[in-house]
Amino acid sequence: MALETIQIQDKLTETFGENVSHYSQEKDIFSFEVAADQITAIILFLKNDPELRFHFLTDLCGVHYPDNEVNRQFAVVYHLHNWYENKRIRIKAFIDGENPQIRTISNIFLSSNWMERETFDFYGIDFIGHPQLKRILNMDEMISFPMRKEFPMEDSGRTDKDDRFFGRTTDNY
Amino acid sequence: MSELLLPPEHRYAKRIKEQLNEDGSELSILNLGPTHPATHGIFQNILLMDGERILEAEPTIGYIHRAFEKIAENRPFYQITPLTDRMNYCSSPINNMGWWMTLEKLLDIEVPKRAQYLRVIVMELARITDHIICNSILGVDTGAYTGFLYVFQFREKVYEIYEEICGARLTTNMGRIGGFERDWSPEAFRKLDVFLQDFPAAWKEFENLFERNRIFIDRTVNVGAITAEQAMAYGFTGPNLRAAGVDYDVRVAQPYSSYEDFDFIIPVGKSGDTYDRFCVRNAEVWESLSIIRQALEKMPEGNDFHADVPDYYLPPKEDVYTSMESLIYHFKIVMGEVPVPVAEIYHPVEGGNGELGFYLVTDGSRTPYRLHFRRPCFIYYQAYPEMIKGSLLSDAIVILSSLNVIAGELDA
Repeated sequence: MALETIQIQDKLTETFGENVSHYSQEKDIFSFEVAADQITAIILFLKNDPELRFHFLTDLCGVHYPDNEVNRQFAVVYHLHNWYENKRIRIKAFIDGENPQIRTISNIFLSSNWMERETFDFYGIDFIGHPQLKRILNMDEMISFPMRKEFPMEDSGRTDKDDRFFGRTTDNY
Repeated sequence: MSELLLPPEHRYAKRIKEQLNEDGSELSILNLGPTHPATHGIFQNILLMDGERILEAEPTIGYIHRAFEKIAENRPFYQITPLTDRMNYCSSPINNMGWWMTLEKLLDIEVPKRAQYLRVIVMELARITDHIICNSILGVDTGAYTGFLYVFQFREKVYEIYEEICGARLTTNMGRIGGFERDWSPEAFRKLDVFLQDFPAAWKEFENLFERNRIFIDRTVNVGAITAEQAMAYGFTGPNLRAAGVDYDVRVAQPYSSYEDFDFIIPVGKSGDTYDRFCVRNAEVWESLSIIRQALEKMPEGNDFHADVPDYYLPPKEDVYTSMESLIYHFKIVMGEVPVPVAEIYHPVEGGNGELGFYLVTDGSRTPYRLHFRRPCFIYYQAYPEMIKGSLLSDAIVILSSLNVIAGELDA
């Protein structure tokens, strides 16, 4: 029997209750939010449960929401895939904007090692327990986190190019 | 001596000091890259070696990082294809089409069957060129230059077909939302026919040169083997995973662009070593050729090459100069003023190296709020230090080349 989204939802509510919320079907992917401090337990459960079997980590990345309230300013987004049933899910964990921290899942999925490093590199999200959390694509000397929305894409001192004429303002991210 | 190569606090430098072999020789450090010709791209590996054997490796990447994800957040949707071109530049049409299909999923646009088939043809051509490069360069790295010279001219022929379709060769920027920018010319179909006629013989010859070649087999069998479990744990997808015996292919698991209409098999290997990766890619080329033939055969009548979506698809140029409505649409699309829903989309396609995914978050504005590329190379390259541990230096080169790590995709 194919794995139904309602089954996933039931199992998660049964086991984690309030810690998993905002279930929704977004186009072809079933997605939900989880409490950031429960992330390892939930991912481990999704991976090891004999019915759910989300055994493959497709993708992991960060998103910055500077307009959210301060405890939801960063999101870490996980895409898991169950190849047996060909089912994908998306998990979002919102974390604090001042001091973004979340536990690593690199002990559950080896492949998340570099993806977490990339997320750290771009957003400065601290993955607690990561074996080698250092920059990966940018140079080590860099002090800012370039994918954060407040980081300007271009040199703000430029005068030859006025973005206002193209419907953008300099602080328009 | 090692102090000159590495800062003395580096863990390898420390280990060299501590570990002295019984015969009095000491471990050494070798910098493979960043611009070594044998690595086919700019990445560095600091190797800790005991003679010819590699004990440990530390990869450094990011030498051609161009911040595509940041740039994408500042570009209207139609200006993002040129960025995708430059990821896996050996098969840019797959990246282009993957991006358009992501947008079409976002906007619920149904692409006409004929345009879907044309897309399948161009994506399979791209897969063929990708595998031509990977396998023939693998031959070069094992010391067989001939095969490379035999098949590389066919990459040129494919590029000529691209040229007929979109005007560009390497970084194609092909297609538009809903289809192609123009219909394929008769010349494109003619060139495609010639390619389908001439290429199989050359590819067969190429296979014959390698598949039972004693030297090639000695260099590749049991070199860089990876088990299926390990490969999945490291996030392998595409030919490299299939070589380890897992038949996961996005074209079958989640068919897009009418791949469900075609009959093809997914070649799988067994041992996940360099030789299997080579054979899987060889076999995939045959499957791609078969898909192209089927697509040409089943091609629906008519000349639909794009969906009827005036909000997103540029009107014909002659109308822009003569009709007000077209001019308005043209202006709006070029300025990026197109209606876009607030949504989150993930769309995967089977790229040359594995599952190429686009995770797109929109907020209703003219640019993506967040666009993340799931780049197969980036994910599976982290297994490289593990795969070369204990092997010879010359094997490390062969393994790297058989993994088909493309620097552009690795660093984005």
